[in-house]
Amino acid sequence: MVPELGHFALILALCLAVALVVLPAAGVFRRSELLMQSARPLALGLWVMTSVAFAVLAQAFLNDDFSVAIVAAQSNSELPWFYKFAAVWGGHEGSLLLWMWILSAWCVAVAIFSRQLPLDMLARVLCVMGAVAVGFLLFMLLTSNPFGRLLPNPPAEGSDLNPLLQDPGMVIHPPMLYFGYVGFSVAFAFAIAALWSGKLDAAWARWSRPWSMVAWLFLTIGIALGSWWAYSVLGWGGWWFWDPVENASFMPWLVGTALIHSLAVTDKRGVFKSWTVLLAIFAFSLSLLGTFLVRSGVLTSVHSFAADPTRGIFILVFLGVVIGSSLTLYALRAPTVANKTDYSWLSREIFLLGNNILLLVAALSVLSGTLFPLIVDSLHLGKYSVGPPYFNAVFVPLMSILLVFMGIGPSNNWKRSRADELWRRLLPALLASLIVGFAFPFAYRGQFHWGVVLTVCLASWVIFTTVVDLRNKLRNANGWSAGLRRLTPAYYGMLIAHIGFAVSVLGVGLTTAYTEERDLRVAVGEHAQLAGYDFLFSGTESTRGPNYSAERGLIVVARDGKQLAELHPEKRRYNARRDQVMTEADIDAGLFRDIYVALGEPLENGAWAVRLHYKPFVRWIWLGGLLMALGGGLTVCDGRYRLQRRATTVAAAVAA
Amino acid sequence: MQRLKLFIPLIVFAVLAIFFFVVQKQIGSGAYDPQNMPSALLDKPLPVFQLPDLLSGATVANAVLQDKVVLVNVWATWCPSCLYEHPYLLKLAQQGVLIVGVDYKDDAAKARQWLQEKGNPYLAVLDDRAGTFGLDLGVTGAPETYLVDRSGTVRWRYQGPIDERVWSETLQPLLAKLTAAQGG
Amino acid sequence: MIMRVLLAGLSLALCWALAAHAAIDPYEFDTDAQRERYRHFIEEMRCPKCQNQNLAGSDAPIATDLRRELHRLLLEGRSDREITDYMVARYGEFILYDPPFDKKTALLWLAPLLFLSIGGVVMLAIVRRRRTEPEVAALNADERARIDELLSDDRSGEEKPL
Repeated sequence: MVPELGHFALILALCLAVALVVLPAAGVFRRSELLMQSARPLALGLWVMTSVAFAVLAQAFLNDDFSVAIVAAQSNSELPWFYKFAAVWGGHEGSLLLWMWILSAWCVAVAIFSRQLPLDMLARVLCVMGAVAVGFLLFMLLTSNPFGRLLPNPPAEGSDLNPLLQDPGMVIHPPMLYFGYVGFSVAFAFAIAALWSGKLDAAWARWSRPWSMVAWLFLTIGIALGSWWAYSVLGWGGWWFWDPVENASFMPWLVGTALIHSLAVTDKRGVFKSWTVLLAIFAFSLSLLGTFLVRSGVLTSVHSFAADPTRGIFILVFLGVVIGSSLTLYALRAPTVANKTDYSWLSREIFLLGNNILLLVAALSVLSGTLFPLIVDSLHLGKYSVGPPYFNAVFVPLMSILLVFMGIGPSNNWKRSRADELWRRLLPALLASLIVGFAFPFAYRGQFHWGVVLTVCLASWVIFTTVVDLRNKLRNANGWSAGLRRLTPAYYGMLIAHIGFAVSVLGVGLTTAYTEERDLRVAVGEHAQLAGYDFLFSGTESTRGPNYSAERGLIVVARDGKQLAELHPEKRRYNARRDQVMTEADIDAGLFRDIYVALGEPLENGAWAVRLHYKPFVRWIWLGGLLMALGGGLTVCDGRYRLQRRATTVAAAVAA
Repeated sequence: MQRLKLFIPLIVFAVLAIFFFVVQKQIGSGAYDPQNMPSALLDKPLPVFQLPDLLSGATVANAVLQDKVVLVNVWATWCPSCLYEHPYLLKLAQQGVLIVGVDYKDDAAKARQWLQEKGNPYLAVLDDRAGTFGLDLGVTGAPETYLVDRSGTVRWRYQGPIDERVWSETLQPLLAKLTAAQGG
Repeated sequence: MIMRVLLAGLSLALCWALAAHAAIDPYEFDTDAQRERYRHFIEEMRCPKCQNQNLAGSDAPIATDLRRELHRLLLEGRSDREITDYMVARYGEFILYDPPFDKKTALLWLAPLLFLSIGGVVMLAIVRRRRTEPEVAALNADERARIDELLSDDRSGEEKPL
């Protein structure tokens, strides 16, 4: 298949996207139902054309068509097929096409799952999403064409995908992440549509909620996967580095979390409307800002794509137009007359407001830390690095305060809680968490550790208060099962998500406190000890993989004389990049601990330098993330189902 | 008043956007390079060294630079950019520019052969095979060049090969200024 | 210009190529505390050449050299302050991932506090505006009993979605 077909498909997609902006908008202004109805088929057409382009590019990769520039740059004929497919988004141009495809997929999803949305709102939402699509398609076609060719002398072989990217994480992390990033464009579109129509009410919040939640849960999975992948591949045991690109994904997540909570308040109580709209705009703006930071070259990061100032300017202009116009619309159209609903200072509304503020402060702090070196350096005031020590120092206290609020929030009633009642209910949880928190380090290691006490106290506080709230909700039911069945998926979603967050916090705190590692020299047949485990090094052998040759070591891990695992760390030399040697660590993963082994350099007499890691509770970090995503998924299942069921019940009642 | 408060996010964004735009333009025009790392030694004295000369074996120390405006060029045979830079250094040396070489973490025999084959632009070459002087200079790789004035203070550091553009745009004017500074 | 970009790309590529992995140095230390300090240093110091990696995570020759240097300094018995100053004297503040607190970085360190205070003020303003607590008369014993009865009657099972 000729790659130019893909190029044409993109051009057609651009035409459809322009139509998607113009026609439904005209329909809204002229109140023409026909024009507004055009939004759905146009969205579908956009997706079809983008899919064609993607398919063409994918087949170019899978068939080793090295006349296409990015295939030559990112792929290799010996690469296994699934990595060839993942290589589509290995570089800048391909990743933009992935982004665009995902955006078109969200457009179609909105077109399909929006039966209960009034037509004029749907038209507005799709129009805004079309505008974003126009921006990205123009960006691709003008500056970053994935279908550029290397004619008339195409190379015979490609440069191979960067070995660090040849990992299952690469196949799934970017798509998940992009689903999240792009998903916030839906929340954004809903916010703009609400401002545009002037219909900023609780109904708008109810429509927006499932979309925002799904975007958020994809972003959660994407970030968790990225962290897991970095840990498995990079070899020094780190799982979060506060790298600018990581921060670019984390900031939308923080604001997105504030958004989903704020939407809940607006949906149920009709307050904080302006605030929620601003958060929706802010979340997507941060997604776009992230795109700029990663692709323009202003920030230094291992993750950033090759920089090109022209691209930087284009994205900046795009950013300016999208964010500038949305913030102007916000300033002009957001409601200034506050809703007259009253709520006391001790109410769920106020606590959720506090939650929002804390998350925003965290996001802003991460932003300022990320941008500070750039600001100071560009003004020639000096060159500084801002890294984990700064971000951890700022983030941990903020999250600690948030965790305290998280414990009280769910037990708090809407509108007003009685302080004495709340205190009575939560006191046992408070005492229990303090006891567990202080006891844990002694029980686990026989030694006091402030960080661990703080972590365990806060995490157990969230978990225990969640249990307290559950018990409270069950108190009037006829038995456990009846009570549990009475509770909605949305409630369970919240329960699981909050517990997930506590689990992640535990993972972070405990692994940071108790991780042990050692770099040592081992000869063949020699034993090494770490954290009560025995490691027996049994030498190495040469092996081959599909596109590499390797030295594969054998290390037997035992504890108390019992063999637990055989680990095979490797040192790989990829055929296409013979000067580069990759260390492939092997991990014995467990729920409560990871044992991690990597080979260093070969030393004299067949001895090797090896690195041994003992990392307790590290999997909890990502498990917590999965739980959060699961919780989010549950809440989505609830709202929509009920809406549809109610609709059909009403229809049935009317018909009867 | 309420309405005005709603303009705050827009104003903050506008400030940020203008900032990014200016920075992006500066990167595009080359006025600002985010990768550039200014030397920690700027306007500070050149670190003390005492190393054998690569060719003669005699000990060389800071005295060799005294009262001269000198380029200190860090190079090695394993560095491809140094190969690219070498002819230009020869040209500069012929024009009378004083250059002291630092053979950084290199094989001495290979280095001697290299100089023999390709020419020696250096006043003296320090055999820094362990890289300790390079570390004191804050070197991150090769080639790197430092401009040291008569008092032994580092005035300029360039990471990368010296070529016509660097010379005409930055190095030559600076060298002229420093040479003229104390009466020629 | 193009040559410069190409060469920059080449040297960058070289660094990227070598920085493929954490380098493993089986250094010996006198005490566990020393080993901990070493770990702390290599995790909190930046590789001067790489694209945002710490010394622990980089294979670049300069990172290897700096790790060796840190090991030497620790064995010599230098204090944390001395080691930090040694590195900064050669590579500038850039090499520290933990920016110092001085005139230029004051804004960086104080920004989160500033944001938090602004947030606190906003919250206070909103709470103040909502100070009127709705007056709800307390329930008497009969009313309380009736409510309990109604609630325990598991009729509709409709809990409001969250």
